[in-house]
Amino acid sequence: MLRTRVMPALLIDGSGLVKTIKFDKPAYIGDASNSCRIFNQMEVDELILFDIGASSQVKKIQFDLIQQVVSECFMPICYGGGVKTLEDFQKLFYMGVEKVSVSSLIFENPDIIKKAINIYGAQSIIATLDIKKSPFKKKYRAVILNSKKVIKKSLDETLSLITDIGFGELIINNVNRDGTWEGFDCDLMTFFTSKIQIPVVALGGAGKLEDIKKVVNLGGASAIALGSMSVFQKKGMGVLISFPKIKELESLLGE
Amino acid sequence: MLISIVDCQMGNIGSIKNIIEHIGHQANIISTPAEILTAEKLVFPGVGHWDNGASKLEELNLKSALIEAVNEKQTPMLGICLGMQLLFSESQEGMKTGLALIPGNIKKFDFTKISTNKAQKKLRIPHMGWNRVKPIQQDSILQNLECDARFYFVHSFHADNVPEENQLLSCHYGYDFVCTVRKQNIWGVQFHPEKSHKYGMQLFKNFIENS
Repeated sequence: MLRTRVMPALLIDGSGLVKTIKFDKPAYIGDASNSCRIFNQMEVDELILFDIGASSQVKKIQFDLIQQVVSECFMPICYGGGVKTLEDFQKLFYMGVEKVSVSSLIFENPDIIKKAINIYGAQSIIATLDIKKSPFKKKYRAVILNSKKVIKKSLDETLSLITDIGFGELIINNVNRDGTWEGFDCDLMTFFTSKIQIPVVALGGAGKLEDIKKVVNLGGASAIALGSMSVFQKKGMGVLISFPKIKELESLLGE
Repeated sequence: MLISIVDCQMGNIGSIKNIIEHIGHQANIISTPAEILTAEKLVFPGVGHWDNGASKLEELNLKSALIEAVNEKQTPMLGICLGMQLLFSESQEGMKTGLALIPGNIKKFDFTKISTNKAQKKLRIPHMGWNRVKPIQQDSILQNLECDARFYFVHSFHADNVPEENQLLSCHYGYDFVCTVRKQNIWGVQFHPEKSHKYGMQLFKNFIENS
């Protein structure tokens, strides 16, 4: 039986690992490659790395750092942040990254993504949608550049864009829940999982094991990504690289 | 021992080199017929579309070299993911012909005959994630693999009509399918051992030291 994947989603800023709250107030966690090595020892299912410096287009992709991480981690690694050209995709895959995630490129240049999918296969190209509720109209909108820019498309329009490009997997990150420990946004997840055939990963808001179960059962999530839960002891507490044990997750999800 | 990884410009070669070096062996990346014919052991990885993989083999003149290496020089070879699929002759994914080294064919996951009740999770394609495997017969490449061995899979197509004597491991996704095959000195795995922690390391160790 296919196990539900549960994986850390880590934010890189320079050589360090950080954790944000609602995409703001980055708190320093530790050295990025050391932290990844710990997750490798814990044998987590997969590792998602987002470079928030590169995704805000302030900095370039840190190929050396990614190379370092990939050479020490023997699980699938998904990288996102600043990927713009076919050469970026090529370099990342060649060094051993399993999946490359794009976000702003979805809206800027879908043709490049389609070309990458033709070469590397849909399973290796992931769409990450950061989604925020607008403060006044309370409508969900995709945002890019670390939530600095709002995409003026309805979620339905964004969804058809994702479908049209032909991605192999979709990560849905609710910005309003990021770092809040309040639980996943199951309604937002259901919106996507009921309309799209590819695996959808839930990100943003996990605070306890029950949240994982809930978003799998109610939100239809194929996989779960944990941010704060993988780097802090508890809400408001100190840094601790930790992760739920496989046995714990198996019994939680009845696998 | 030096393990040669065949680079057909099909994706993540780096992670295979990394894991082989991590378990204390050497690996080089090769891309010419001459290198294939002199290699001690071959790892043949691949990701992406069947026709793209099959075309690359032809464009780079690697197809006949691979066939000669395994058939005439008896070089042990391990195909991974699309590299395993290309050990077969044809696939529903494309029109081109593969290496035709192992009998059988490649088909797409077909869940139309499976009744799913609502409580069950939807079977999405690709089959992506960690899944357990079940031994069909013992083999040198499977030695010391723990009974709870799990591997990382990402694929939409799988081997079918493989003769029983060539089946080593099966996996369950909607139904049982063969995920590891062997014919003489040729092995193929559908999953990614290079992304499967200690289980993948054990499998590479077996291929390198026992094959």
